[in-house]
Amino acid sequence: MNKKGWGKKIAVAPYTVWMALFVVVPIVLVVYYAFTDQSGALSIQNIRSILDYRETFFISIQLALLSTVICLLMAYPVAFSISRMKAYRQQTMVMLVMLPMWMNFLIRTYAWMTILEGNGLINRFLHLLGFEGFNMINTNGAVVLGMVYNFLPYMLLPIYTVLTKIDKSTVEAAQDLGANRVSVFRRIYLPLSVPGVISGITMVFVPAVSTFVISKLLGGGKKFLIGDIIENYFLGSTGSINYNIGAALSLVLMLLILVSMTVMNHFDKDESAGFM
Amino acid sequence: MSNNRIIDLKNISISLGGEQILKDMNLYINDGEFITLLGPSGCGKTTTLRIIAGFLEADSGDVYFSGKRINGVPPHKRKVNTIFQRYALFPHLNVYENVAFGLRVQKLPEKEIRDTVGDMLRTVNLSGFEKRNVDSLSGGQQQRVAIARALAVRPKVLLLDEPLGALDLKLRKDMQVELKNIQKELGITFVYVTHDQEEALSMSDTVVVMDSGVIQQTGSPLDIYNEPKNAFVADFIGESNIIDGVMRRDLLAEFSGRRFECLDKGFARGEPVDVVIRPEDVDVVPVEKGVLSGVVTSVTFKGVHFEIIVDVKGFKWMIQTTDCEAVGNTIGISVDPDAIHIMKKSMYSGLYGDYSSFSDELELLSDVSYEKEGLPDE
Ligand SMILES: Nc1ncnc2c1ncn2[C@@H]1O[C@H](COP(=O)(O)OP(=O)(O)OP(=O)(O)O)[C@@H](O)[C@H]1O
Ligand SMILES: [Mg+2]
Repeated sequence: MNKKGWGKKIAVAPYTVWMALFVVVPIVLVVYYAFTDQSGALSIQNIRSILDYRETFFISIQLALLSTVICLLMAYPVAFSISRMKAYRQQTMVMLVMLPMWMNFLIRTYAWMTILEGNGLINRFLHLLGFEGFNMINTNGAVVLGMVYNFLPYMLLPIYTVLTKIDKSTVEAAQDLGANRVSVFRRIYLPLSVPGVISGITMVFVPAVSTFVISKLLGGGKKFLIGDIIENYFLGSTGSINYNIGAALSLVLMLLILVSMTVMNHFDKDESAGFM
Repeated sequence: MSNNRIIDLKNISISLGGEQILKDMNLYINDGEFITLLGPSGCGKTTTLRIIAGFLEADSGDVYFSGKRINGVPPHKRKVNTIFQRYALFPHLNVYENVAFGLRVQKLPEKEIRDTVGDMLRTVNLSGFEKRNVDSLSGGQQQRVAIARALAVRPKVLLLDEPLGALDLKLRKDMQVELKNIQKELGITFVYVTHDQEEALSMSDTVVVMDSGVIQQTGSPLDIYNEPKNAFVADFIGESNIIDGVMRRDLLAEFSGRRFECLDKGFARGEPVDVVIRPEDVDVVPVEKGVLSGVVTSVTFKGVHFEIIVDVKGFKWMIQTTDCEAVGNTIGISVDPDAIHIMKKSMYSGLYGDYSSFSDELELLSDVSYEKEGLPDE
């Protein structure tokens, strides 16, 4: 091998080591634990017991999907209007969108707790006006709210980026050929922004489906999302710790995400190649 | 207003980024003609097209389409289509869908769309490319997709912004012929932009020469070549010797210390003028027979002829001749009356038409070297 080849190898070596250490090893460990029992013997008992958590998987996916859809519906129009502003305005707006992300994720979620609580901000305000309070915390709604609030920027930024990259002359060409605003949106902006939407969906759905902090803080810690259950098997009280079932659940969740991402990517390709 | 004027620009002025781009422009375009806007880079050609297409609104002045004022009418409602300087094809659509775009917007029936797209692709020689991704096409093919896409909606007027700029010489020549044929066949008005003077002269019915946002001259290619209005036009279109002179009376001009009969009149007695003599119109004769004489300072072989630079009393002339002269030879020069063209003095006088600094390298650069900075304001 020539010198250049060696140079290349050395240059990528740190990344290779990094990948091996923090991606491959953990996955191998997860697989190992998932298919062994607590004594270390090979077993598929863990995988079988996953069926007991069908309900939990279902509700986790349901809430994650709902949050993703809400994020998409909120982020797209905002991203679209930001992308059409003057350059200096765009920067300010993007800054504003990012601003909450500078604060710690936990602190932001705690903040919502104090807002939604039984005697939190909203209810105290309502009482002040003489209304009765609502029970908001520890509901599915509160969890979805927490997800949407925390993950919205991850939907907005990729969509915004893709929209700004659309060549202005493509839009002009469409107008030139008789397309009015609605038509330009439907035939140019929409199909050309599909890749941004896809990565936005991925970036919101994946953390949402596996979250445990949000459900713990805003959902009352009732272990009702799959993330909570996995967390409990790894970090719960001494009696409840079971790496094997935890690993099996993680593995299934990972596969689930992988499958849905693959499906999405296929969808993306079809979409941009033969839209309409 | 004559009713075969399809587009009429009246007193158009526009500033962009604090700079005046077009200055009180007046231009009319006849139905069915091939008109070319010709001028150096940055002179406002694209801006003019964008005003016609509706992408830019003039600060003042009016745009008429078939006699109707269309200021403020958005692009999608104008019966004008554009072939953009950088084609602007739709990257997410294949060749077929690119061409079909305008028809789909009009919600035409599928069968009609299929027929029209097929026709158009045949016209531009791209049958069989329907399913291809536009990114996978060569520059010339993308170009032709852009043409087919614009023609598919049967525009009354097609605006073409340097459509052949990205192509190599051979393909360029072929496409010039193809475009001209398409224009004749379909009878569409073409407003064509280029900074290639040869292209302009060979394809157009009318040529509009622009510089710094001002139309310098409008006319048939022959008029523009034979009767340039000022030193800028004379120099931009082909090669010219532009010599400082004086009109002694009608039909008699004086330059290089001699009096010459010419065919121009209507100047005041003693009026200073610019005299244009094309290099191919100068005859090389024995010294004793020449009206003027000079020393050959450079000789370049050009294939059909030699291009020689001759120093005549300090002013360097370019002459095209089929005789081989040697550098250092003294030769005689004679010019027929019909080879002399007299122009009024303009802001461009003295800037062009002297070949003292001429070299082949300069010639190569000449397409980009017409910058406006050197020009004094009048
Ligand atoms: N949006 C804009 N803001 C500021 N200046 C502009 C804008 N658009 C064009 N200009 C300027 O207007 C002038 C004319 O531009 P235009 O594109 O019409 O030139 P052109 O004749 O088409 O040149 P080329 O042959 O290079 O395409 C240029 O100096 C350009 O920099
Ligand atoms: Mg241009």
